[in-house]
Amino acid sequence: MEIIQQILFVAALAVTAWYITKRVKLIARAINLGRPEDRTDNAAERWKTMLLVAFGQKKMFTNLLVGIMHFVIYAGFVIINLEILEIILDGVLGTHRLFAPYITPVYPILIDVFEVLAFGVLAVCVVFLTRRFVARVSRLQASRHRELRGWSVPDATIILTAEIVLMIAFLTWNASDSVLRDRGVGHYGELQGVVPDFIISQYLKPLFAGFSDTALVAYERGAWWLHILGILAFAVYVTYSKHLHIALGFPNVYFSDLQPKGEMQNMPEITKEVQLALGLPLTTEADGSQENDNGQQPAEVGRFGAKDVHDLKWINLMNAYSCTECGRCTAACPANITGKKLSPRKIMMDTRDRLEEIQRGWQTHGDDYKDDKSLLNDYITAEELNACTTCQACINACPININPLDIILQLRRYRVMEESQAPASWNAMFSNIENNMAPWKFSPSDRFNWADQVNESVTK
Amino acid sequence: MAEMAAAGEEPEVLFWVGCAGSFDDRYKRVTIAFVRILNHVGIKFAVLGPEEACTGDPARRAGNEFLFQMQAMANIQVLNGYNVKKIVTACPHCFNTIKNEYPELGGNYEVIHHSQFLQGLINEGRVRVKDGQSFKGRKITFHDSCYLGRANKIYEAPRDVLAALDADLVEMKRVRANGLCCGAGGGQYFKEPEPGHKDVNVERVQEALATGADTIAVSCPFCMTMMSDGVKNQNREDSVRVYDIAELIAQREGL
Repeated sequence: MEIIQQILFVAALAVTAWYITKRVKLIARAINLGRPEDRTDNAAERWKTMLLVAFGQKKMFTNLLVGIMHFVIYAGFVIINLEILEIILDGVLGTHRLFAPYITPVYPILIDVFEVLAFGVLAVCVVFLTRRFVARVSRLQASRHRELRGWSVPDATIILTAEIVLMIAFLTWNASDSVLRDRGVGHYGELQGVVPDFIISQYLKPLFAGFSDTALVAYERGAWWLHILGILAFAVYVTYSKHLHIALGFPNVYFSDLQPKGEMQNMPEITKEVQLALGLPLTTEADGSQENDNGQQPAEVGRFGAKDVHDLKWINLMNAYSCTECGRCTAACPANITGKKLSPRKIMMDTRDRLEEIQRGWQTHGDDYKDDKSLLNDYITAEELNACTTCQACINACPININPLDIILQLRRYRVMEESQAPASWNAMFSNIENNMAPWKFSPSDRFNWADQVNESVTK
Repeated sequence: MAEMAAAGEEPEVLFWVGCAGSFDDRYKRVTIAFVRILNHVGIKFAVLGPEEACTGDPARRAGNEFLFQMQAMANIQVLNGYNVKKIVTACPHCFNTIKNEYPELGGNYEVIHHSQFLQGLINEGRVRVKDGQSFKGRKITFHDSCYLGRANKIYEAPRDVLAALDADLVEMKRVRANGLCCGAGGGQYFKEPEPGHKDVNVERVQEALATGADTIAVSCPFCMTMMSDGVKNQNREDSVRVYDIAELIAQREGL
C-alpha cells in the first residue's frame, strides 16, 4: 500500500514538473517575441526596487488594510511552502513527518507558524471573495469593466476558492493526524511525545472525535493527498492564469523602468534619419543599430512603432504575463473614470490574450505559424489609444511597476507614422508645429510680442 | 539671447517661454508675471524670442516621432549654439522634454521648473512676499500637473511657493502621485475628447470646488486652460479663479 502511494506520488511530481517546464518554455518563447532591450543596467537600483516593491510590496500599502491582507497571503504562500519540502520528502520516501524526530524542539514552532499563516490566508481569501461579490469593489466588477467579462472573474474565484480548500486541507490534515497520534494508531502513534498538538488545528480535533480509526486514517490520507495534489495542480493552473504574478511579479519589478515616468523612449532609427535630413553629423549612439544577443544586427529593419506584439519590447510582454488584472491602473485612469473606452488593464490583458492566441497557433499549426491578426485593431482600437492623456497614473498605480502607457505610445507611433491615421485635429497640430514652430497657427515672428506688456525691459 | 551673445554676456539663466507662454492670451499673463518677478529680483536672464520653437512634446506623445526629433534637433542646435547651461520654464511639458528627452539627442542642460525657481528665490529671501495683496484667510487648492508631479516627482516646490503666501492651502482628494490629470496631456489638448460620459477637466474641477477653495492654483499652461474651462462649465467663474503660482506671487509682491 505504502509503495503504491510512493509510486503515485513520484508520478504526480514528474507529470507536474514536465508540464510546468513545457509551460515555462512556451511563455518564455512568447515573451522573447518582443524586441530586445537591455534591462540589466544599474543592478544596485534594480535590486533595491525589487526588494522594496516586490519583496516588500511597498505599493500595495497605498491602501493599508488591503496591503496587510495581501501581505498575509504572500507571506503565507512563501512560508507555508517550506512545509512542502517535508511533504514531498514524506511522499517520496513513504515517511510521516520526516523532520519531526530530527528537529524536535523547533518542529512544533514551525508548524504553529504555518498554521497561523494558513488560518490568515484562509481568512483573507474569504475577505477577498467578499470584496468581489458582496462589497462589490468597483474595479473588480465585470458589470463596469468590459475586459473582465471573459475569464478574469471565474479565474479569480477559482484561485481564491482553491486557496481556501488547500488551507482547510492543511489544517484538518494536522487535526486528524493529532487525533490519530493521541489514539496511538499505527505509525501515527510513534510520534506520541515527539509532536504535540498544534496551535490552530487542536481546536479542530473535536470534529474528528466520532470518526473510527479507519475513517480517520482515510481522512488523514485524503487531506494529505488533496493538499499536495492541490498544490501541484495549482502550480500548473497558475501558468494559465492571471495569478502568474506570484512568479513573474519579481523579475517584472527587477526589469521595470528606472527613468522618470515622463520620459518617452527615443527611437534611434529616427534620430539617424533626422540627422541626415538636417545635414547634421551622425552620432554614434544614434546609428540605429540595436544589437541582439549574438551581437548581430537585426535581419530586417522593423516598422516604426508597434502593430503587433512582436513589435513591442520583451519587457512589455513580460508586463502582460505579470498582470494580475487588479485594475488599480484603470481605477486611476482619467479617461476610464470619465467613461472613455480606454482601460490600461485591458491594454495589458489584450497583449497577453494576443500572445496566447499566437501560442495556440504554434501548438495547432506548428512553430512557424503566423496568422493575419494583430494587437492593433483586432484587440486594441484607435479610440482607446486616442483617449490616453499620458498622465502616467496607471504606471504609478501598478503594484508591480507595469507600464501600459509604453504600449499605448508604441501603438500610437505605428498609427501615425506607418498608417498616417492620426485624428484630423492632430494632423493640424502637426502641420502647425512644422510650419509655425508652435502647435497653433501663430506667426513665429510674434513669439516675443508678450514682452511689450511687461513694461520693463527684457533682454532679447 | 542673441543680443546678449553679441555683447559677449552670459545670462544667469535662459527662460524658456514655451508656445503657450508666448501665444496663449491667458498664459502670456503668467509669462509676464514671472518676468516681472525676475526683473524685480534682478535676475540676469535671457529669452530666445523668435528663435524658440515648440519642444515637440505634443507631436511625440501623439505618435509623430519624426516631427518631435526635427523640433528637438533644431532647438538643441540653437541652445548649444548659445552655450546655454541653465534653463527655467513655466511649462511642465517643456520642462520634462528638455530635461529628460533632449540629453539623448545631444542637449544637456540644467533644467528647472519655475516652481522650483520661485521656491529657491523665496528660500533665499530674494522674493519678499509682502507689499501686495494679502492672501490671509483665503483658501487655495493646488492642482498637480502630471508632467511636473508623477513624471518628475516635483510635489513640494509649488506647495512651498503657495505656503509663502500665508493662505490656507487645502488639498483635493487625489493629489501628488495620485493626482488626477486635467485631461490635456498626450495631445488631448489639441483634439476633441473621445466619447465618454464626462470631460476629464470637469471631473477634476468638481473635485477642486469640493474643497471650498476660491483659488485653484496651477503650474502648467494646459492645466490652466482645462481648469479654467472646467470652472466655467460649472458656472463658478465669478467666485473661483484659476491662477498660476507665479501670478499669485506677483500679486502678493504687488508687481
